[in-house]
Amino acid sequence: MLGFKYTITDSEGIHARPAGMLVKQAAGYKSDIKIAKGEKSADAKRIFGVMGLGTKAGEEITVTADGEDEETAVSELEVFFKENL
Amino acid sequence: MITITGKSVFGGVSIGRLSFYKRKQRVIKRTHVDDVEAECTRFQEAKTTAAGQLKELYEKALADVGEANAMIFEIHQMMLEDLDYIESVENIIRTQEVNAEFAVAATADNFAQMFTAMDDAYMQGRAADVKDVSERVLNILCGVDEGIKQTEEPSIIAADDLAPSETVQLDKSKVLGFATMYGSANSHTAILARTMNIPAIIGLGEELSDKLDGQMAVIDGFTGSLYIDPDEETLALMQEKRREDLEQRALLEQLKGKENVTKSGQKINIYANIGNISDVGAVLKNDAGGIGLFRSEFLYLENNTFPDEEQQFAVYRQAAENMAGRKVIIRTLDIGADKQADYFGLDKEENPALGYRAIRICLTRTNIFKTQLRALYRAAVFGNISIMFPMIISMKEIEKIKEIIAEVQGELKAEGIPFREDVELGVMIETPASVMISRELAREVDFFSVGTNDLTQYTLAIDRQNSKLDAFYDPHHPAILAMIKMAAENAHAEGKWIGICGELGADLELTEEFLKMGLDELSVSPAMVLPLRKKIRECE
Repeated sequence: MLGFKYTITDSEGIHARPAGMLVKQAAGYKSDIKIAKGEKSADAKRIFGVMGLGTKAGEEITVTADGEDEETAVSELEVFFKENL
Repeated sequence: MITITGKSVFGGVSIGRLSFYKRKQRVIKRTHVDDVEAECTRFQEAKTTAAGQLKELYEKALADVGEANAMIFEIHQMMLEDLDYIESVENIIRTQEVNAEFAVAATADNFAQMFTAMDDAYMQGRAADVKDVSERVLNILCGVDEGIKQTEEPSIIAADDLAPSETVQLDKSKVLGFATMYGSANSHTAILARTMNIPAIIGLGEELSDKLDGQMAVIDGFTGSLYIDPDEETLALMQEKRREDLEQRALLEQLKGKENVTKSGQKINIYANIGNISDVGAVLKNDAGGIGLFRSEFLYLENNTFPDEEQQFAVYRQAAENMAGRKVIIRTLDIGADKQADYFGLDKEENPALGYRAIRICLTRTNIFKTQLRALYRAAVFGNISIMFPMIISMKEIEKIKEIIAEVQGELKAEGIPFREDVELGVMIETPASVMISRELAREVDFFSVGTNDLTQYTLAIDRQNSKLDAFYDPHHPAILAMIKMAAENAHAEGKWIGICGELGADLELTEEFLKMGLDELSVSPAMVLPLRKKIRECE
């Protein structure tokens, strides 16, 4: 299992549009992708889960990937967060 | 031939078929099912159909409004395909042995509640998306069609009543006229019909039944009569009336480019009121000197979620650029009372007109206000934008607004985003309180614009949505005219300008009175710009 930490800079947090983009991105990997914020954790392939975290600007999340393509997943997702959130 | 009489809200004649606006109607019942697997299959099939519809909507939106705005339909598709959502529906079906309709409705409620319980206004608004998606599935399960079905050929839209958001969603090129059973002459839908130049009759009563769907009809907006299945004589008469009306309008076209000046040389600005960026064309076509009222709430009403800064910025910038240096007065969000958007999550109120609306929402939910102000100050770089605040009753509100503006400007500066600092600020004079403190207000702002509809409603204590009160509603009441006069004197005493952007500004019987008061501007629906110019040029 691999992972990284990221602090959200988008002023609106993970709102609907980036949540949708993230789910789309995550769905492309075979690995399990999880996003954790504090105690809460969500499956990044499920939109209600991602939105349910209610992540706001300035909050730190941990993204993890577990599975055969975890390396690609983690490096690509890190780029995704930097570009979109 | 059947003749029904109502109240006309826009003069003009239109001839065409009646097309009834149908709303979804269904009741979700909980019923026991034996074959739960068959029920799950029913849900899966409905889900597939819904996904197909959403895909089509997405593609249409992509072409019409661009990728950023179309994304919402893609998110709806994701919600529909979300495993948590599907598992919830199927679990309810299997464990409770109930019908798919009940399971979808229960799941929708649960998921919507999850969003409502979040501590962020934006996420709370997402409850509307869950409900929207679930409604779609429920309609398919129940075999109910979607609400708006417009016929291919242009028609007269008939309905019991129309919400402003419903009116907005219609394809206007296919609307010949409006005929409604209920409604009031001062409702926003009536105002919209006037803005769009569409003949409309309201309050036709229950004689206007949906059995008449598809019948030929004539709207005579001058008398308030609706003729259904007109005989040859009536039809010929109405065709002639329509021709005369169009001729009269063509005559008015000749007034384009002429000054708004009385015989004795008094000048006044005539601007136009708009409710949508697409109305800017009508403003230019009718030769208005500027936009005196841009109702920004339509950005919110047409959306399923709060319009973000970029989306608002693009619209304000476009208005400013299209008006090419002419004044564009944008009123900040005036939602609440009769204008509602589900995602705001506003509580039902006993007395909405006196309730949580307009600036009161902006000053308490400041994140919404700040997004709009940021977009406005940024767009002001591209033209002549002024900002106007609705429903003001106290100096404290002005103070608070100015504090928030200072914050917004500070943030934009820190972020290095270009904006214009010296945007003209004005207030709506639409409460008796604002009239009474107008001298103090005039010291703090650059201009006044009298919103006569609300000012009349609050001064006369008459609910403008209640058609029973139309008989008591006297827009020429001396109290109203005295209020406007007082505000004008106080504005001028402080060297500020004052205009009217309510319906009264277009009332040709009062034009002379307004000129006497020395008003600087009248802002009316685009279609009224030239008739008003004609009237002014005839005044002494």
